[in-house]
Amino acid sequence: MTTAVATAPSLGRRLSNGLYRRPTLLLLLLLAPPLMWLGIVYLGSLFALLAQSFFSIDEFTGLVRREFTLSTYAQLFSPANVDIVLRTALMAAAVTVAAACMGFPIAYYMARCTGPRMKAVFYLAVMLPLWSSYLVRVYAWKLILAKEGILGWFFAQLHLTWLLDAVLALPVIGGASLSVSYIGMFLVFLYIWLPFMILPIQAALERVPPSYLDASSDLGAHPGQTLRHVILPLAFPGIVAGSIFTFSLTLGDYIIPGIVGSSRLFIGQAVFVHQGTAGNIPLAAAFSVVPIVIMAIYLTWAKRLGAFDAL
Amino acid sequence: MRYKASLGLKVAAFGGLAFLHVPLGLIFLYAFTTEDKSYQFPPPGLTTRWFEVAWNRQDIWDALTLSVQVAAVSTVIALVLGTLAAAAVFRSRFFGREAVSLFIILPIALPGIITGISLRSAFNLADIPFSFWTIVLGHATFCVVVVYNNVVARFRRTSASLVEASMDLGADGFQTFRYVVLPNIATALLAGGMLAFALSFDEVIVTTFTAGQQSTLPIWMLTELVRPRQRPVTNVVAVFVIAVTFVPILVAYFLTRDTEHVAGAGK
Repeated sequence: MTTAVATAPSLGRRLSNGLYRRPTLLLLLLLAPPLMWLGIVYLGSLFALLAQSFFSIDEFTGLVRREFTLSTYAQLFSPANVDIVLRTALMAAAVTVAAACMGFPIAYYMARCTGPRMKAVFYLAVMLPLWSSYLVRVYAWKLILAKEGILGWFFAQLHLTWLLDAVLALPVIGGASLSVSYIGMFLVFLYIWLPFMILPIQAALERVPPSYLDASSDLGAHPGQTLRHVILPLAFPGIVAGSIFTFSLTLGDYIIPGIVGSSRLFIGQAVFVHQGTAGNIPLAAAFSVVPIVIMAIYLTWAKRLGAFDAL
Repeated sequence: MRYKASLGLKVAAFGGLAFLHVPLGLIFLYAFTTEDKSYQFPPPGLTTRWFEVAWNRQDIWDALTLSVQVAAVSTVIALVLGTLAAAAVFRSRFFGREAVSLFIILPIALPGIITGISLRSAFNLADIPFSFWTIVLGHATFCVVVVYNNVVARFRRTSASLVEASMDLGADGFQTFRYVVLPNIATALLAGGMLAFALSFDEVIVTTFTAGQQSTLPIWMLTELVRPRQRPVTNVVAVFVIAVTFVPILVAYFLTRDTEHVAGAGK
């Protein structure tokens, strides 16, 4: 620069030039606000919670004793609490399997059998429930499952009330009415998390090259064999990706088991009860470590299966 | 490539869609029922008086106002933080880049109850009383990821040469941002902001832990669910909530549908 009249560059220009020459500083400036927010607000409180799981509660005063102990974890492994964990994990697994079975045909139809128009319609039809109000959708099922509600009416119209009663009379999964049984809770979970399963499967199926399917049928496979040996293995990462959502979301939910289903606790409710009315924050903290650990194991497994490429 | 679907596949696909949508339709029907003590089906009669009752309930208006305010403030915070993070992650490769994106997704990947209870115990430890801002703190944390996802997807499609051209033509960094980058990501920001608003407006799990005695619209609904007073009024509010959340989602979809990553593909 050899201009004789050197006008002093504006402050903004000098600042911007300085930042341009120091990309690391710029990067730090960009990253600092979001990372500080998440670091302090989120990680900070997460660690505060985890730390409290190593405290214990004083039996007599009901106050939290702030010294390191593993007694809270010992309490977590009492039979009643292990029951809660198993019950929740079983429900999450059942919901995940059912969502995969129900979501696959929808995703397959979306990916393979629709034109651009119909695909957009399907896409919106899956996405709108996913984003629309969670509570409203749970509430809708309260209307459906109630004893005098639509499902009961439907069975009565078909003269199948005896069938409904027979199902409800089953030992573990039954109950006085659908809305206080595990079947009801299962249906609600399935309904709420199904869209989270459909979208990743659809994304995975979209990526299966059509030429593979043609090659498979040229080589003499009938459609069933193509599905079994070509499509399913290629779509599997998508299914695993979807299962991460359905499994994790069921594991941590405490609203649905509180509104629909029997009075036996799930992990989320246990956390809620212990931190609220019982005031036993350490045990609540220990309980909330359970889904974190289960999900960490699950995610490691999913990563090995390549599920993250399908997200 | 289109394939012909077998009858069984069609039934399964459309049956699945019906399963997703019929329950929402039922809520509309029940908002008009004359029966307010039970969920009797079919409804004994139809009336529009519950809309009037709901309109005159002050507690609903209070909850609605609080929800809108929280969602608006959280969305603004999320827009700023999400855009900054997206710009940083997109424009350079640095040590820990993967960790940063994982870190941003974490609040939504872990169950909401964990976010909720950790915030609550942190407020307890730090002696922070529950207020408007404790709700916003929680909401903004998980809204960041929505904005981030949308903006990062848009950055990926924007050619880096545009920025270089702008710099070559003598614009400084701020001018480039204002006249080149911002117009390019504007619709992604709008879409991300809409989704963040919808997410916050609807949030209940984290809010139950950070609200104290305050009542947002979802919390109001939750108390009505547990202890129903006038059931059809809850239905009217539910219909309203569906309408309010559908609009931003549809707008966000149409703003980003030409891109490979459509807004809302992952919540």
